[in-house]
Amino acid sequence: MRLLTHNMLSSNIKGVANGFPLRIEVEKVVEKKVDLNAGFLRNIFPKIEWKAFAEAARTLGYAELPEDADSSFLDSDDFLDKFHHALLELHLEEGALICPETGRRFPVNKGIPNMLLHEDEV
Amino acid sequence: MWYLCVFYHRLLDYRKAEVESLAELFGVFGDDDGDNKESSSLEWRLPQHHHPDSPFHFVNLPSEDFARDIANRSILVKGIYELWGEGSSYEELEESIRCYPDERKLPYLDSGSTFKITVDCFGKVISFQEQNDRIKGLAYIPFKGRANLRNPDHNFWLMETDDYGTNNGLPPVVQRRIFFGREVGGADRKLLPTYQLKSRTYLGPTAMDAEMAFLMANQALATPGKLVYDPFVGTGSILIAAAHFGAMTMGADIDIRVVRDGRGPDCNVWSNFKQYGLPMPVALLRADNNLPPWRPGLKEIFDAIICDPPYGVRAGGRKSGGRKLLKGTVDPYTVPDDKRTDHIPSTAAYSLVECVHDLLDLAARMIVLGGRLVFFYPVLREDDYVEDHHYPEHPCFKLIAASEQILSSRYSRVLLTMVKIGPYTEEIAEAAQLKHIEFRENHLKWLEDGNLHSAVFSPADSQIAAAGDSSLSREPKPKYRGKYV
Repeated sequence: MRLLTHNMLSSNIKGVANGFPLRIEVEKVVEKKVDLNAGFLRNIFPKIEWKAFAEAARTLGYAELPEDADSSFLDSDDFLDKFHHALLELHLEEGALICPETGRRFPVNKGIPNMLLHEDEV
Repeated sequence: MWYLCVFYHRLLDYRKAEVESLAELFGVFGDDDGDNKESSSLEWRLPQHHHPDSPFHFVNLPSEDFARDIANRSILVKGIYELWGEGSSYEELEESIRCYPDERKLPYLDSGSTFKITVDCFGKVISFQEQNDRIKGLAYIPFKGRANLRNPDHNFWLMETDDYGTNNGLPPVVQRRIFFGREVGGADRKLLPTYQLKSRTYLGPTAMDAEMAFLMANQALATPGKLVYDPFVGTGSILIAAAHFGAMTMGADIDIRVVRDGRGPDCNVWSNFKQYGLPMPVALLRADNNLPPWRPGLKEIFDAIICDPPYGVRAGGRKSGGRKLLKGTVDPYTVPDDKRTDHIPSTAAYSLVECVHDLLDLAARMIVLGGRLVFFYPVLREDDYVEDHHYPEHPCFKLIAASEQILSSRYSRVLLTMVKIGPYTEEIAEAAQLKHIEFRENHLKWLEDGNLHSAVFSPADSQIAAAGDSSLSREPKPKYRGKYV
């Protein structure tokens, strides 16, 4: 699971007021190279919740991202490289995503997060 | 300028829709400034006396570059040609070609170039000898270059369509028509054997065939830099086509066995992408489209959603929530904490109506303005044609194409292409939420209404009687097969 995915997910259990961002429990992180596409990065940047993204990257062991970022940063190649690396090249292979309010674990196995809710959470 | 566009004679409804979408993709309709985006379409004309299903059409395109780009990316365009002449006899054709301006012809006839002439008859096979005779009949055109049959600079086509007497199920031709043109571009059909399902590593029962997947990707305007999502990804067959055209892909499925495990470490969704050397999907997740896991503020992130939702005929959809719970057979229960880790949540049947409602709601929220929703919708057929159908609607979308593919005498599937024209407002969100609750409360009702499965698979008593009659009074000629190709 990449951090792009993590940035889009939340715990939508019945009764939870704010299930974003999910805390990350790390068991195995893998780095896989992906070709950089600047057009894609520029399009996706406004959709990213930056604080949660930077925090998640730190949890996975990558601390190079700035605390805050705005679209002017996209002009810098160095920033694009770091953004690209954190967004698409870091993978949580095994671990879990934890609901910030209830503590419920959404397991991540073989890189696939299981976001299905149980019968009593619906 | 008007070009001759010759289609392959299959998937008739899909052909013009594909060309319109590709025109949009390559920017034929001008810059995306927002206004007037929905009402742009191409001008088409039929050759004299031609049936609307004929493979021959004239289309007006601003330049040869556009024509080439559209033809080369398409799947169903056999060729787009700059027409040098046409007529209902070879004499008329010669007259027409002689009249065509020299400055359009001479650059392609010069001595430094290589060329080839292909003779093609639609509806009949002609012998090698006859082909040669017709080529010789074109001697009045001053070809100065050398012939090269393998890889010519310029490819000329002499095409004929006529009523050949035999009734072959093709569109009826009133009068002979002959065309001569220079090929500008054509579909790369070699994509199909490359990506065919027969050789795919990981298949599922409802994997989309390669040709249709490419058509869907074209309808969705898949290009590099775009993010495309499939909420019913299964084995990833639709995303493969989008990835081939350079888009970033993302998919979800409620069945974790399909999306995470596949049939083993070398036989799963990832191996499908690896097989063709395509970039892996950005994300695959197990999620329920009925209760999606997206964070509340997230919207307008996908450039397109392309999918084939479960209609309940060959594969039924599932959604979260205990089946017995929803039916009321069992009282609400809590999963004990010690059992939670490995608990596999039970799922309930997902009617097509609710499935389409959720898909439209997801699309309305998550697709960017101007982005596309492309999905299949099943319809029952009545007496050989599909009636005035009420396709699903949503205030945020405008339907721009509906292409039917006949699957059996009972039903067809229609590929709907919709463009997002309005933002996802508070009112729309609230209405969707109310509808969602209504579905839950009337769970049983929605399972029975519009149950496609029984309509498609019910025993054919009435059908058998009808077939019996027609075998007695069998017509001597098969009538025009229409959309059965």
